[in-house]
Amino acid sequence: MNKVLTPAACAPAGERPKETVWSRIRKNKACYVLIAPYFILFFLFTVLPVIVSVFLSFCNFDMLQPPTFVGFQNYKRLFLEDDIFTIAVKNTMLFAVITGPVSYFACFFFAWIINDFGPKLRSFLTVIFYAPSLAGNAYFIWQLIFSGDRYGYANSILMNLGLISDAINWFKNTTYIMPLLIVIQLWLSLGTGFLVFIAGFQTVDPTLYEAGAIDGVRNRWQELWYITLPAMKPQLLLGAVLQITQSFAVSDISINLAGFPSVNYAGTTMVTHLVDYGTIRFELGYASAIATVLFLLMVLTNKFIHYLLRKVGD
Amino acid sequence: MKKLHAPKAHKVNRSVGGNIAMFLFLAIVGVFMAFPLVYIINNAFKPLDEFFKMPPHIFVQHPTLDNFQTLGTLMSDSWVPFSRYVFNTVFITVVGVVGHVIIASAAAYPLAKHKFPGSKLLFNMVVLSLMFSYNVTAVPNYMIISKLGINNTYAAVILPAFAFGLGLFIMKQFMEQIPDAILESARLDGASEYRIFWEIVMPNVKPAWLTLGLLQFQFMWNTTGSGFLRNEELKPLNYALNQIVQGGVARAGASGAVGLIMISVPIILFLLVEKDVIATMSTSGMKD
Repeated sequence: MNKVLTPAACAPAGERPKETVWSRIRKNKACYVLIAPYFILFFLFTVLPVIVSVFLSFCNFDMLQPPTFVGFQNYKRLFLEDDIFTIAVKNTMLFAVITGPVSYFACFFFAWIINDFGPKLRSFLTVIFYAPSLAGNAYFIWQLIFSGDRYGYANSILMNLGLISDAINWFKNTTYIMPLLIVIQLWLSLGTGFLVFIAGFQTVDPTLYEAGAIDGVRNRWQELWYITLPAMKPQLLLGAVLQITQSFAVSDISINLAGFPSVNYAGTTMVTHLVDYGTIRFELGYASAIATVLFLLMVLTNKFIHYLLRKVGD
Repeated sequence: MKKLHAPKAHKVNRSVGGNIAMFLFLAIVGVFMAFPLVYIINNAFKPLDEFFKMPPHIFVQHPTLDNFQTLGTLMSDSWVPFSRYVFNTVFITVVGVVGHVIIASAAAYPLAKHKFPGSKLLFNMVVLSLMFSYNVTAVPNYMIISKLGINNTYAAVILPAFAFGLGLFIMKQFMEQIPDAILESARLDGASEYRIFWEIVMPNVKPAWLTLGLLQFQFMWNTTGSGFLRNEELKPLNYALNQIVQGGVARAGASGAVGLIMISVPIILFLLVEKDVIATMSTSGMKD
């Protein structure tokens, strides 16, 4: 896995040890030509937007008139006056704290069990678990399952069992919105990270397990902890990044299932709040402040978890 | 190529009781995962009266293809010819996938195999971009796309997708395992870096192309182009299908057919490339 590769220069070998940066740039001209198309687009659509967003978060801006600098006013309003932002932060943290770790462990755990099967069954089970996130908008089916009338599958079962007497309007009831969205988000969350883990388990050399058994590893849990986890660290790190980013960004399911805005803002997340100010109210400075807070939250959480995971097996 | 270890039939450290418990748990969660999809598949073949049966059934009792016919009628009545939506999606997806695979691979090769001033910084920026979602940059992105004058064109959807961060990351990690010796011998034969990239590196990373293609397809297939594509003639298939689903009760039958189309295309594509995707992902881990 972690092969040490001798770095080869773009120009023929025979590099002298002392070279100026400029001569190294000239020598690697081909490299810069090759990376140029990608990085021009990357700067334009990823790096520049982050910079613009941070800048605009200190301004008043509606796209019609040039931005005016207002200092920390947007942030003050966000944290001190905006009650809906408080709900959005609370809901986003709920998603992050519940669906983030649960789906991370679920991805890992199911990949681990599935890895014990033969190739055909393994490939079938991978599809079953990966399909919800693969199939894009398939989550609209939950609208039918939890439909508010008695034709809804959930209502009809509960009524037949005599647990409820009237149909529950699931996605319009503030008590049920968040729990339902969390369940649906979990259903959707075995994504790319899951595939990374499936692949990760197959990179572990089976002779390690046999050697471990001889050295006193007694059961599957010890095997997982002492042999598999340390061998899969690179996959664990990438999987964590993908799951964290995904769990902070929940918005589509809330908008499409609970409505926009949802009843009493019960399903509002930071991203839906951002969409509200960015595309409906056109307060772009304020929207940028939301985006900047979300950006910092995502990146810092990622860095922190990355730091923790690096210690696995050390 | 990296060797993947397919598990053997008999494993060490597995108790029978533990196996049964694990597989039972897997089965229960598996049913939860599959249930909505099974429901979608069955809905596609339900005659209209079965949608409103009390109590509702998951499984279709008298399967029929009526829903697809209804969908066909709805489509031929639509304002813009339905073939136009199909063309838009095919165009956006094909250009998006091919462009992304080529552009991201061209950038991945120097980052994987060369050390040049700035290479580390650039790669770290791509890794950082995996740590936040595109929602964060949506507002400035809209402004930039308007400033470039490509709003309301295919390019507004395609160009940003070319520089998708995860694709470059996965490709670069996969390219690292190409032995330096074959690159070195091509260099000694006088091949330019461009030729090495195109004729030696690219043919060696086919599984990674397919993986980038699949991930990009998923993204493109799910886009409704909202915000950017305002002309009806430019809107993708997914947008048109969403409109039908939002028709509610009156279109329950057609929605059932739509649901099946929306989920089956990505699932079939995944089945075709599953092996290559797993082979690619096995190298995609993050080193510190």
